[in-house]
Amino acid sequence: MEQIPALELKNITKTFGSIVANKDVSLCAEKGEILAILGENGSGKTTLMNMISGIYYPDAGQIFINGKEVVITSPKDAFDNGIGMIHQHFKLVDVLTAAENIVLGLKGRFNLKSAVKEVSSIAKKYGFEIDPMKKIYEMSVSEKQTVEIIKVLYRNANILILDEPTAVLTPQETSKLFDVLRRMKDEGKTIIIITHKLHEVLSLSDRVAVLRKGEYICTIQTSEADESILTEAMVGKKVSLNIERVQPKDPVDRLIVKDLQCLNREGVPVLQDVSFSAKAGEILGIAGIAGSGQRELLEAIAGLQHISSGNITYIDPKTDKQENLRDKTPVQIRQLGVRLSFVPEDRLGMGLVGNMDIVDNMMLRSYGKGKSVFLKRKEPRDLANEIISSLEVVTPSASTPVRRLSGGNVQKVLVGREIASTPTVLMAAYPVRGLDINSSYMIYSLLNQQKANGVAVIFVGEDLDVLVELCDRIMVIGSGRIAGIVDGRKATKEQIGLLMTKNFKEPAEDDRTEDTN
Amino acid sequence: MTGEKTKKIRDPLFHIIKRGSIVWWKSALIRVSAVLIALIVVAIITLLITGQNPFEMYKAMVDGAIGNELRIWNLLQDTALLLVVGLALTLSFKMRFWNIGGQGQIIMGAVAATACMKFLPGKVPDFALYLIMIASALIAGGLWALIPGIFKAFLNTNETLFTLMMNYIALNFAAFLTFRWSKNSGNNVIGIINRKSHAGWFPEIGGSGFVGRNFLLNILIVFVIMLIVFVYLKYSKHGYEISVVGESEKTARYIGINVKKVIIRTVVISGAICGLAGLILVSGVHHTLTTDIEGGRGFTAIIVSWMAHFNPLYMALTSFLIVFLEKGAIQVASSPALNLDDNFANIVTGIIILFIIGCEFFINYKIVFRKRKGGVS
Repeated sequence: MEQIPALELKNITKTFGSIVANKDVSLCAEKGEILAILGENGSGKTTLMNMISGIYYPDAGQIFINGKEVVITSPKDAFDNGIGMIHQHFKLVDVLTAAENIVLGLKGRFNLKSAVKEVSSIAKKYGFEIDPMKKIYEMSVSEKQTVEIIKVLYRNANILILDEPTAVLTPQETSKLFDVLRRMKDEGKTIIIITHKLHEVLSLSDRVAVLRKGEYICTIQTSEADESILTEAMVGKKVSLNIERVQPKDPVDRLIVKDLQCLNREGVPVLQDVSFSAKAGEILGIAGIAGSGQRELLEAIAGLQHISSGNITYIDPKTDKQENLRDKTPVQIRQLGVRLSFVPEDRLGMGLVGNMDIVDNMMLRSYGKGKSVFLKRKEPRDLANEIISSLEVVTPSASTPVRRLSGGNVQKVLVGREIASTPTVLMAAYPVRGLDINSSYMIYSLLNQQKANGVAVIFVGEDLDVLVELCDRIMVIGSGRIAGIVDGRKATKEQIGLLMTKNFKEPAEDDRTEDTN
Repeated sequence: MTGEKTKKIRDPLFHIIKRGSIVWWKSALIRVSAVLIALIVVAIITLLITGQNPFEMYKAMVDGAIGNELRIWNLLQDTALLLVVGLALTLSFKMRFWNIGGQGQIIMGAVAATACMKFLPGKVPDFALYLIMIASALIAGGLWALIPGIFKAFLNTNETLFTLMMNYIALNFAAFLTFRWSKNSGNNVIGIINRKSHAGWFPEIGGSGFVGRNFLLNILIVFVIMLIVFVYLKYSKHGYEISVVGESEKTARYIGINVKKVIIRTVVISGAICGLAGLILVSGVHHTLTTDIEGGRGFTAIIVSWMAHFNPLYMALTSFLIVFLEKGAIQVASSPALNLDDNFANIVTGIIILFIIGCEFFINYKIVFRKRKGGVS
């Protein structure tokens, strides 16, 4: 007889206005298996999971748990049915301890002592490392994630949903997480994991369910799949997954950063002794755990971050004249004739204005040109239409607010605008974060095009597989210092991962940097 | 499948869905029905609580607003006076600077205009008097907004509290001046200034037979300001900067906008237009200064601006609506046929406005009711 699935979805449909997020999705997850949900951006993975965990309510369709139909209208209903979701953005109270966060919101007598005991026993059972009395604000990202997972287990969840859990982890932390997940699976739990990274899907899951444009496409046994089969199912056509990397032509120094130091508002250094050069016709990758000073470094170069000491020198490609960019505002930098483009990490909060349409976003950098007090919308409109057609931006029209576009299309608009000004230095922070395969590869090829045009490209990335495939040199940054600069063609992921977690507090460790250099 | 229905599934009665966009006639339909439903609700409440005939009350409201030619002109002028303040505040609001100091800025404009009217005639030629009055009203209102503006730009103080506090200073300053400038010292009434010479009064338009002769110029001035503000926000570089700073200060800094400059410039313009409203109140309407000359417009205009989604042209409609209800309420309160006072009239106005604002929910969201799961099994 067929086994009753732990979770079964039947004909689930969900629309937001005229947008169909999920259409007639039916799939099931067995007890004791790891099911990966794969799909491009906007394919409705997260929406589907949010319906299971009670955040949204489906317009139509049924949900069965262990063969019994259930109605889930709130996260509490989900917990009552043994479903727990670990969201991409953690939902923890910073000033409370791990144990306090875990018992938060539970009914019954509040007994912290027994809670601590139970948390420890759960941790032991599955192989987590956690200190129940540690405060959340003292924790690293991966520790916080552990708290989220234990929180769900504490509520006796049998079905765990993880939304892109590895996006914020180092390779070492990821493999630890996967060990834990495998142990849970052996205990008979059902794990559903959303991820973009194909190699993770292949190494972890038992089966893969593929969604495309809100519709269920197929479920593949992982043992019978490889990267190209999965990509084809996801995208609907064959995609070449190779990033070409040509030798840099005539790599001369374009930007030289020397002994840079920046302080945050509390006066604590966020960047220290940072020295490197970015060369024309080369892609310089920057790797590091999120929040190690990558943002501050790019913002310091762009004139947005106060520099307490050190210099940033720009060498003009035509005249070889040297300009010091330190303590200059973005406008002053532009007036010097420095063509510096910057694709910031926070696309809608910094690079673009979400409520403005594509045309008005095109003007952001250029609206001030000319003496007229009125805006000229013709040029930006032409540029918008050009970018829409050349980068295949999916949008109803050029006058659609950019916040209505999907993540990949938002990024195409931003990168398109930054490239349109024919830069000599292009900085991009996490330009493919949250983007699907197609859009990611388009961004990689755009960066490569710029490199071929002799632009000095600085690429801050998080996917080490991509960094070692795309970049000519990779600079690893940790706690605001440079942990090492390695050759992109020779470096391995493991080597970079080790540099990322290097501890600067012990001077003995510093010496080892010299070897890796 | 194996799923055996043991008990009836409790589907929720309804759930709420966000709309992507809405066609214009649907949103218009929702708004019109909101007003109709409000009128029905008010009618029922009136009948239940007061026992009065609700249709008599509505008749009185319409009569109060547009009962005769003079009332129509009054309605239009008050609409304009509310609108001009709404336009001023909108400039700040677009920048997410919550200027609730309209009251103070209007009063300071009015004070400046009154001072000119009182002390300058005879010393400067007539046309110069007008120029000085306009300039001083603009400067006074602008200055009153500049102070919180500077603090916001440089120290990031909370502008809501700051502008509110500035109101009390302005209000008491005006009270002090009405005491100092009062005709019979001590009675705190300045009285009509330049009653005979009309120096500093806005000129009448049209002959003495024209009912609107004292109103038309005020209305025209505001109409022109409305068009200017509309164009300024939508088509000028300044307007674009205001939107960018309002939407995201980080973006503004990223593209090199001088955020401090934009904040201060915009807030000063906002205050200056409030000052101009003060000038119109003194030179075009009352020809004197009283402590309550501002008439609550600095606050009512906040509703005007929000209800119109910060669109200067829609604001003409929202101010008209609010003034219409106000005028109607006054008539309801004073009508001898109805045994109602102004408190009840205000309840009526409140209910109608609540429905109009509340219907925005149905424009942004759709409610889907439970469907019968009939034919499936």
